[in-house]
Amino acid sequence: MPDTLAIDEPLGSFDEQAAPATRVRGYWQSVFYRLRHDPVTLFFAAMVLSIVLAAICAPLIAPFDPYRESIVGRLKPFGWRDHALGTDELGRDMLTRLLYGGRVSLLMGVVPVVVASLIGGMLGVLAGFVGGRVNTAIMRTMDVFYAFPSVLLAVAIAGAMGGGMVNGMLALTLVFIPPMCRVAETATTQVRALDFIEAARASGAGALTIIRYHVLGNVLGPVFIYASSLVSVSILLASGLSFLGLGVRPPLPDWGLMLSTLRQSIYVVPLVCALPGVAIFITSICCNLVSDGLRAAMDVRM
Amino acid sequence: MGGYILRRMLYAIPIAFGVSVVCFSLVYLAPGDPLQTVLPPDATAETIEIVKRAYGFDKPLPVQFLIWLGRVLTGDFGMSIATKRPVFLEVTGALANTGTLALFAVPIAFSIGYAMGALAGSFPGRWIDRVVTGTAVFGVSLPNYWLGIVLVIVFAVEWMVLPATGMGPSGSDEFRILRWSDAKFLVLPVVTLSMIPIGILSRTTRAAVAEVRNQDFVQTLRAKGLSEWAVTRHVLKNSLPQVMAVMGLQFGYLLGGSILVETVFTWPGSGFLLSKAIINRDVPVLQGTILTLSMVFVATNLIVDLLQSLVDPRIRRG
Repeated sequence: MPDTLAIDEPLGSFDEQAAPATRVRGYWQSVFYRLRHDPVTLFFAAMVLSIVLAAICAPLIAPFDPYRESIVGRLKPFGWRDHALGTDELGRDMLTRLLYGGRVSLLMGVVPVVVASLIGGMLGVLAGFVGGRVNTAIMRTMDVFYAFPSVLLAVAIAGAMGGGMVNGMLALTLVFIPPMCRVAETATTQVRALDFIEAARASGAGALTIIRYHVLGNVLGPVFIYASSLVSVSILLASGLSFLGLGVRPPLPDWGLMLSTLRQSIYVVPLVCALPGVAIFITSICCNLVSDGLRAAMDVRM
Repeated sequence: MGGYILRRMLYAIPIAFGVSVVCFSLVYLAPGDPLQTVLPPDATAETIEIVKRAYGFDKPLPVQFLIWLGRVLTGDFGMSIATKRPVFLEVTGALANTGTLALFAVPIAFSIGYAMGALAGSFPGRWIDRVVTGTAVFGVSLPNYWLGIVLVIVFAVEWMVLPATGMGPSGSDEFRILRWSDAKFLVLPVVTLSMIPIGILSRTTRAAVAEVRNQDFVQTLRAKGLSEWAVTRHVLKNSLPQVMAVMGLQFGYLLGGSILVETVFTWPGSGFLLSKAIINRDVPVLQGTILTLSMVFVATNLIVDLLQSLVDPRIRRG
């Protein structure tokens, strides 16, 4: 037995020599390590996941049809007959409407952010990488949209176009493009000044290759983190648009729209009327905390 | 100093121009013939012809824009379709009411948010920091229109201590802040409006203060033997420019973002005017209100930048 050990010994130390003296984790390894040791973020990520799953599985788990009305069962409190969370002004089951409403509200929260990240990100990388007049033209145009408070710009565009779910999402996308562009532009400009870009260029790499292999990796982090922080903003704004009658149209269930129609009934069933807002609030808090956790784990500074 | 002020003011001109182009194009974003959106549906052929010539709809777009810009610069924002009153009067009256809200919400939100953030940033990682950071997340994630409804349910429906909506029996023309029967209508809207800026401001202030505290000069001050209070004063002053930038943005939010809160409380301010204009498809009012509010925002940003350069001379050279 001692013999085999003796034979194993040099092999083992050879392995250790091949690896660096202190074990260095890769970037993503250390990100996951930090996330694994952050119970708060994990908990809220699980919350976000269950909210999304509940919305996706709404047809399977909802106890009623979201459009089934009942004249006798209007505006009933929690636990009335089989309606655990009461009924709305047309006698539709609140729990069902909230589950289905999550589909619309989450969709309106996520789609504008994704589209704006793509468009704004590309514009920002273009402005940052090319620089000069292109940069000036793109960034000064963005400055004009910056001159509007975000809610106001969303309301203005959606209001002029006449509301509706698609127009609402379009308005939110336009609102998110300028800040997204600015984040991507700042990151690109910073990277572009570094020596390894110069080295890549000297070794004959084309612009697209440099962007693909050297710039994007450094820009995606800030863009992703900023986008994750916008999801909560987008959910709040989208529900706000629906609340003003500029987003989703009835009878489609949406948290903001439900809040707005139930507002007339706060004297009858106050607790039921506050429910859609609770859904918006909880979703928005969870998204914010997950975004904060990701930012800390990915060590992105903006 | 004078050079910086001049440069910054000149820079605001193209921005203001761009903003007016965006506002002008709002009419063209509306579906259908732009003429239809500025005309009442029951207009006679004669009025259509008059309006067409007055707005210059028969001319090419750039000319139309210049005509529109000329009218706007002289304070002529057109007529409201819903009330037949000049848009200019409607907007200025509403803006005054929004200003009344902001007059209370701004000092409350800014002082509370700044104090919370400064405290948390001065003791990073300690319990006070955790409490403030936790509270701030609530503020940032809060749908303020929902908070407004909840406050109405609690204070107006259940406890009946404060009025639910409106601006009081005497109306907006007779509104006196110093009279309690009027002022109590302010309480709920001001509280609702303050929540989001408190959250955002305490987060940014905390980050700014914590960042400045890590800079080398703080170490030097301590080494010189300055008291902790004197060090804190230096830290706070150095974090001020960043905080002021966010304050400027939040001031704009209080003006523009008040649309949801004003709708909940039917407060007759610019936001409520906007939401009424949307329901009535009153595009001239929509356009006029958004133009006015965004110009106020442009001016605010200009003032904030100039104040920043007063506090932090490095900005002037940058």
